[in-house]
Amino acid sequence: MNLSPEHLVIAPVLIPFIAGVLLLFLDDRARHVKAFVSVLSTIVLLVISILLLCIVHTDNSANEDRIAVYLLGNWPPPFAINLVLDRLSSMMLVLTAMLALPSLVFSLGRWHKAGVHFHTLFLLLLMGLNGAFLTGDLFNLFVFFEVMLAASYGLVLHGSGLLRVKAGLHYIAINLVASLLFLIGVALIYSVTGTLNMADLAIRIPQINEANRTMLESGAAILSVAFLIKAGMWPLNFWLPTTYAAAPAPSAAIFAIMSKVGIYVLLRLSLLFFGSDPGFPESLGAQILLYGGLATISFGTVGVLASQTPGRFAGFSVLISSGTLLASIGLVQTEVTAGALFYLASSTLAISALFMLIELVERGQNMAASVLAVTMEAFGYDDEETENEEIIGVAIPRTIAVLGTCFAACTILLAGLPPLSGFIAKFVILNALFSPGESGQMHFIPATLWWFLALLIFSGLATLIAMSRSGIRTFWAPPVDTALPRVLLIEIVPVAALLCMTLVLTIQAGPVMRFMEATANSLHAPRPYIEGVMKTQSAVLPQPMETTE
Amino acid sequence: MELVLSLGIGILVGSGVWLLLRPRTYQVIIGLGLVSYAVNLFIFSMGRLVTDKPPVTQAGAQIDPTTFADPIPQALVLTAIVIGFATTALFLVVLLASRGLTGTDHVDGKEPDR
Repeated sequence: MNLSPEHLVIAPVLIPFIAGVLLLFLDDRARHVKAFVSVLSTIVLLVISILLLCIVHTDNSANEDRIAVYLLGNWPPPFAINLVLDRLSSMMLVLTAMLALPSLVFSLGRWHKAGVHFHTLFLLLLMGLNGAFLTGDLFNLFVFFEVMLAASYGLVLHGSGLLRVKAGLHYIAINLVASLLFLIGVALIYSVTGTLNMADLAIRIPQINEANRTMLESGAAILSVAFLIKAGMWPLNFWLPTTYAAAPAPSAAIFAIMSKVGIYVLLRLSLLFFGSDPGFPESLGAQILLYGGLATISFGTVGVLASQTPGRFAGFSVLISSGTLLASIGLVQTEVTAGALFYLASSTLAISALFMLIELVERGQNMAASVLAVTMEAFGYDDEETENEEIIGVAIPRTIAVLGTCFAACTILLAGLPPLSGFIAKFVILNALFSPGESGQMHFIPATLWWFLALLIFSGLATLIAMSRSGIRTFWAPPVDTALPRVLLIEIVPVAALLCMTLVLTIQAGPVMRFMEATANSLHAPRPYIEGVMKTQSAVLPQPMETTE
Repeated sequence: MELVLSLGIGILVGSGVWLLLRPRTYQVIIGLGLVSYAVNLFIFSMGRLVTDKPPVTQAGAQIDPTTFADPIPQALVLTAIVIGFATTALFLVVLLASRGLTGTDHVDGKEPDR
């Protein structure tokens, strides 16, 4: 059988689906088998994602965007549904697989024993994520969104407990409402354009007459509210830190990419539908993204400084990351988008590592002590007995040394300090903001950009302050009754692996940045994407053998 | 027909949103149910309201699209109903778990101080 690369496109959806369903038939006591199957399928997923990335990116020398389209029902577009692979979706696939493997390996330490069907839920979440990144159809996007959300409800509640159920209740209610808004938006867009295929929509939307324009735009606005809730834009994000802090560590680590799904869809759809309109950067939609992003960064910064537990701190870091990305999308400039994509990769890896690291560190302490420590610091109380203590050298245990190093790396990444990739990402965004445009002349820099600059740098400073405070309390001056956290090798290796990936991002910044620039270019000039989808021919079925009479 | 349908959708959404904002979990789930019915009707109406027109065409024959109803919203509604049903059922389970763990049906898991 001759398999063209197009057939590989559906593999990221099928593999986790089949593996996840198969695992349902196994008893939960056969945990080793389950773990083996899910780790194996995640490894295969990673390999296939990288292969797909190579397929779309190798033809770069011809300066031609290669996309791969998989027609699910073998109907020629715009009919029926299809999967589309381009640079952005292949990048998101690789990122998902890169996060999935460490989170899964981490969960093998203890978390997958905390409840039933962890592996199935995890694999179905991957299926939903991959499907959402690949689909070329609005309604199919809704379906994959729901698959992803349904699995995430299970993962939030994994391990049960009062805190998780309370946070999960709010999380599910909000996401159900968001899904209903999603449906209303899709229905409005369909009623005006008569199609749900993204590429076809991109062709038809500029041709919509004035009378129907309002209807279309309100549809797009309602649709984007659903994604903004997912991405966590202020004021739609109060659920996010609570939920992410309550979720068990491996779930939270993979949730780091879930808020990026909202960002991905906003980036893709806004540029595909309205990017061809020269007035789009000044339009209300782009302005809302920009100012909403700035508000989100501010909210996240205040939250980071105010949070008393590391879990909530990590939740607010997700918001800072989302806010930065939203504001960058709102600026609608190719160079800024390229920087934002680099930032997306770097911050997602760092936040994911942080969620797992926090759980390891927190094992040694009890919750009340850490809250008390922060409060005491805020009110200026100090530990009184420290004064009379003799100054003696304390040997730092090996576990603490490793955890501390990882924690410091996370701090550097999230605060955006050199030398790691967080700095490069912020530098690229800021450089693109203030470099003169293509005309080469000095241009007027609006006040908004100064605000963006100030917030971006100040959020980094706030992260640095909050994390060094928590790091000093945890690693250098732990409360006396703190037990040494018991950390398995299988749990620290994933964290280190994620941090090593950011190191690779730093060292290979040149090639990665070129890839991001190519991605941003094809996003801002989506003609090859649209034509590639619309011109796809349905596969010719082999003719049945003619019987000789 | 348009008036009746839009009034129906409006009343469903209005009561649904009011219930969604109530403090008891049971009210929230009924509210979600009402809003999702309204949304399903809304999707259905987006294929334009027509009567006595079949959504399925005959094979082979040249057809005039104006004499047929749009089948896509009907397919979408079906999918939306199934997904909405599944997620609401899931929400119901969490609701019961919350009731069992907290001993109250308040959405915040504790009664407000009076």
